[in-house]
Amino acid sequence: MIPRLRLEHVTKRYPGVIANDDVSLEVLPGEILAVLGENGAGKSTLMKVIYGAVRPDAGELAVDGQAVRIDNPAHARRLGIAMVFQHFALFDTLTVAENVALALPRGERIAAVAARLRAVAGRYGLEVEPGRHVHELSMGERQRVEILRALLTEPRLLILDEPTSVLTPQAVEILFGTLRRLAAEGVSVVFISHKLDEIRRLATRCVVMRAGRVVASVDPRAETEAGLARLMIGADPPAIARHLTPPGEVVLEVDALAGGEGAGLHGVSFTVRRAQILGIAGISGNGQAQLMAALSGEVPTRPHTVRLFGEPVGALGPAARRARGLRYIPEERLGHGAVPEMSLTANALLTGDGLHRAGFVRHDAAVGYAQSVIGRYAVKARGAQSLAASLSGGNLQKFIVGREIDSAPRVLLVNQPTWGVDVGAATAIRNALVALREAGCAIVVVSEELDELFELSDELRVMARGQLSPAVGAHDITVDELGRWMAGLWPGGPALGRPERAAELDA
Amino acid sequence: MGGKVGRVSALLPLVLVPRAQPSRLAAWGSPLLAIALTLAAGFVLFAALGQDPWHALNVFLVQPLATVRGWGEIGIKMTPLVLAAVGLAICFRANVWNIGAEGQLIVGAITGGAVALMAGPGDSRVFLVGVIVAAAAGGAAWAAIVALLRDRFNASEILVSLMLVYVAQLLLAYMVNGPLKDPLGFGFPQSKLFESGARLPIILPGTRLHLGAVLAGLAAVGGWVLLARMFLGFQLKVAGVAPLAARYGGYSSRRLLWFALLLSGALAGVAGGVEAAGPVGQLTPSISPGYGFAAIIVAFVGRLHPLGVIPAAFVMALFYIGGELAQSRLGLPAALTGVYQGLLLFFLLACDTLILYRVQWRGLGVREA
Amino acid sequence: MDATASLIATTMGAGTPLLLAATGILVSERSGVVNLGIEGMMLMAALAGFAVTHATGQYWLGFGAGALAGMAMALLFAAFAIGLATNQYATGLALALFGAGLSAFLGQSFQGLSLPARSGDGIPGLRELPFVGEAFFSQHGVVYLSLALVAAVAWFLFRTRAGLVLRAVGESPASAHALGYSVRGIRVVALLFGGACAGLAGAFLSTVYTPLWAEGMVAGRGWIALALVTFATWRPARVLLGAYLFGGVTMLQFHLQGLGVAVPTQLIAMTPYLATIAVLALISRNPRWIRLNMPASLGKPFAPRS
Repeated sequence: MIPRLRLEHVTKRYPGVIANDDVSLEVLPGEILAVLGENGAGKSTLMKVIYGAVRPDAGELAVDGQAVRIDNPAHARRLGIAMVFQHFALFDTLTVAENVALALPRGERIAAVAARLRAVAGRYGLEVEPGRHVHELSMGERQRVEILRALLTEPRLLILDEPTSVLTPQAVEILFGTLRRLAAEGVSVVFISHKLDEIRRLATRCVVMRAGRVVASVDPRAETEAGLARLMIGADPPAIARHLTPPGEVVLEVDALAGGEGAGLHGVSFTVRRAQILGIAGISGNGQAQLMAALSGEVPTRPHTVRLFGEPVGALGPAARRARGLRYIPEERLGHGAVPEMSLTANALLTGDGLHRAGFVRHDAAVGYAQSVIGRYAVKARGAQSLAASLSGGNLQKFIVGREIDSAPRVLLVNQPTWGVDVGAATAIRNALVALREAGCAIVVVSEELDELFELSDELRVMARGQLSPAVGAHDITVDELGRWMAGLWPGGPALGRPERAAELDA
Repeated sequence: MGGKVGRVSALLPLVLVPRAQPSRLAAWGSPLLAIALTLAAGFVLFAALGQDPWHALNVFLVQPLATVRGWGEIGIKMTPLVLAAVGLAICFRANVWNIGAEGQLIVGAITGGAVALMAGPGDSRVFLVGVIVAAAAGGAAWAAIVALLRDRFNASEILVSLMLVYVAQLLLAYMVNGPLKDPLGFGFPQSKLFESGARLPIILPGTRLHLGAVLAGLAAVGGWVLLARMFLGFQLKVAGVAPLAARYGGYSSRRLLWFALLLSGALAGVAGGVEAAGPVGQLTPSISPGYGFAAIIVAFVGRLHPLGVIPAAFVMALFYIGGELAQSRLGLPAALTGVYQGLLLFFLLACDTLILYRVQWRGLGVREA
Repeated sequence: MDATASLIATTMGAGTPLLLAATGILVSERSGVVNLGIEGMMLMAALAGFAVTHATGQYWLGFGAGALAGMAMALLFAAFAIGLATNQYATGLALALFGAGLSAFLGQSFQGLSLPARSGDGIPGLRELPFVGEAFFSQHGVVYLSLALVAAVAWFLFRTRAGLVLRAVGESPASAHALGYSVRGIRVVALLFGGACAGLAGAFLSTVYTPLWAEGMVAGRGWIALALVTFATWRPARVLLGAYLFGGVTMLQFHLQGLGVAVPTQLIAMTPYLATIAVLALISRNPRWIRLNMPASLGKPFAPRS
């Protein structure tokens, strides 16, 4: 069989890094190929080369046996290659039909596009309203628009970049069904993922990338998750420490927290104890950001809504809460948890309340603190004067986590502790959190990675549509049930009363 | 639609390659390169105007520095530029775009001048303290309008501060034609001359250089201490580049906004007051030949650094004096100075690109687009 | 002459330069670029228009020269802000200062000159009608051109594919780039259009509105046009309304003076600027509303890696 796509010795360099190093692979018609690798392995760059968004420095491509040079995405589309982006390339203020039309060659009227859209959507079971504006859609609906946009170009090769990161487990099944149907029709599917269980469920072949090179090409169904993980990291995956200390008295109470930007929170109430990790699951955009903002003090609330060690702190700002032992690690490193343009010393000063006195910065103390964090958390940086932007994602996250943990918090809030972080750093961070818990700190972890939550948490809750589910012990609930809760389907949850949506199970 | 235009850029022989890290060498060398390029452009311009370019450059650059009095004139021009630019550097670092320093300067001149006019013939120089304080207060109040509208109504500080420049100019015209007009001035729109108690003393004999220059130096040092050493300065810098991080740290963006605007307004006001109480000695409609706008350029060329604005102000002052000399000795139009100032800013922006990018020569010849 | 009809007519005349400049700004801002240099562009165009009209005696050549001058300035802006990805605000400011300085410099010899007499304003036939003829149909051709231009831009933005692409670029240049559109090329074209419009506005000021050249004669109209586009929330119809509203405010000061209102002229002359501030404050009060209507990428530099 002639491969649908063949890459030979493709290389792409960026200043300071070789993103793709002599990569060769091929994709057959009707095959579902997974590209596995951790963050920074070069998967996205490779897809951009295939899609024409990026020109390789060396190497050849061939589509259906013919050698080609893909100049730009429009050319790629003409060759039958379509891409579904991880961060959707959608335009919020335009309608679904307009968004789709922009990816099609000129000449088609919007009305004709809308009609074709309905036809294709029906064929693959992906419901969508062409006239709605994208900013009104949920994440799952937006991804559907991305996929439909790709399908309308009648692709022979469909590329998906981390397609399941914004979906509930049930929505993932619907997506997989669509992809299997496409493969059966002869379309080649390439999808990037770091989720080992999904790759084993969906893909017929898996190419493993590490540090820009292809290190293996295997049948994922014949491999174990541990085996795939070992190929991905190049070593045995590290172990996580177990929980020993029993939880203590209540230290953080949240009482009927409501409001906030966007759809807002509704009556969120919970408590956290000493030496306890509360994990909050849920797809981003269901109120987690508002919850974190209210808990950390970035957004003030009524005083008694948040109580720390019994003291009403809802009206206090972040610095005052830090003084009382509450610390926070935000979701975004660059621009929120750290200032990219400033040095690590300056970033230590960001939440280092003891590093300034009487209005003056204590420069030496700040340097000393930054250096100690760098040393204790094995942050790969040239020194305390390195700019935050020059660190890799994992190293910067280690620095931020270290900066907060080394300030001896009694309550720690963490949002997405290991997003975009390599496996080594992720393990170090998770271990640091567990050690902190053992030392008696109360921790609230918000995460989209269910594996991580099950590993770290004593208690689990779910956020959906601004509401918080009841608590359940981490060992007392299955992934499937948690997935249903993520769609708001816990007893008394927000999805109740809409039985027709229950089947869709989309957040 | 975009395909054809994209191909044009592919034909250019130069290409910008992003650097892995910003180049510190380029950050400090860029202003020097920009100044050199501006002078080169000046060379060409002089030649195009029918002048001997070397002689013209000599008149423009060298002759102002030939005498002690010349240096004194440079110092006089530098004073309002440094004062205003220090405030603007701090403001811009905090990402508050106070474009209306000219208006704050003018209002400072009005309030400072109004107090100066209250001085009688025998009053001592202590009166000057009142003049300076009034000038600072006037400039700060004018900037407070901008701060209020941004804080309460979220209105763009760029547009509001700019509109207030035109209002300030009209206000000054009204004042010198009306309430502050010199009754013995033959009907000219100007105020009385200030008494000596309200005039800034000369500090360099043989020149007109006055105490305002010392104030400017103090302002520059004070601004540097604020940004480099004080926690408030750190907060301003963080708020300027990463507002979410500032929120995370618990810094009040509202307080920082008010502080930045009031400080830069006060400094611009002092610049205006110092001009009125120093070299000019009265209030006239043309008290400021665009110092507030020139200070913006000075702030940028000085890399938004309170001490860096001093050499930048020196260059700008040289352009002003050189322009005046070119007008009187070569017959060239006075508006030449404005052209040079604009060119300097453009060249600076272009040279700043080198901080983030390297320029590579791709070579001429046919390339597929 | 009927006073009301005269007021309407002069309002249209006063609003036209604002309308032309603002329409150009609307298109470039819809593509995501803020060009603060409009004031400098209009000054250069006013000079070019006046100079060419004076030299050739042909008004339409003057308008052409003005448009070209505006486009040349816009190209300069584009070379920096798009080509070198410099800070758009600083670059626009540089353009404003440079344009002011250059126009003052080059315009020295044109001060005090006058232009050949002009006749034939208005639409023949319609201008003879009582009241409406004087009020609406006696304007210079460019006034009607400006109205046609606004309508054309509205149709272009919301009814054509090219307009859709432009709006997409302003909304999310990263997505447009991912789909293969040349974000920078499209922005350059939008800026050139903005330059041509600012050029027409400048030429109108110096050849029709007040047929003379004086340093700084644009008197802040470029800045007011920028503010206008913000309070019109980037919609052509509202730009039209706003431009004529401000034209009216400008005219009001002359009528107040004519009525012998006992307020000093300088204070009355402040009204357009104070009005701009007031409207800005009222419009900007709801930040969410602005964010929903504003082209999301406005002012942010775009430097794609490839």
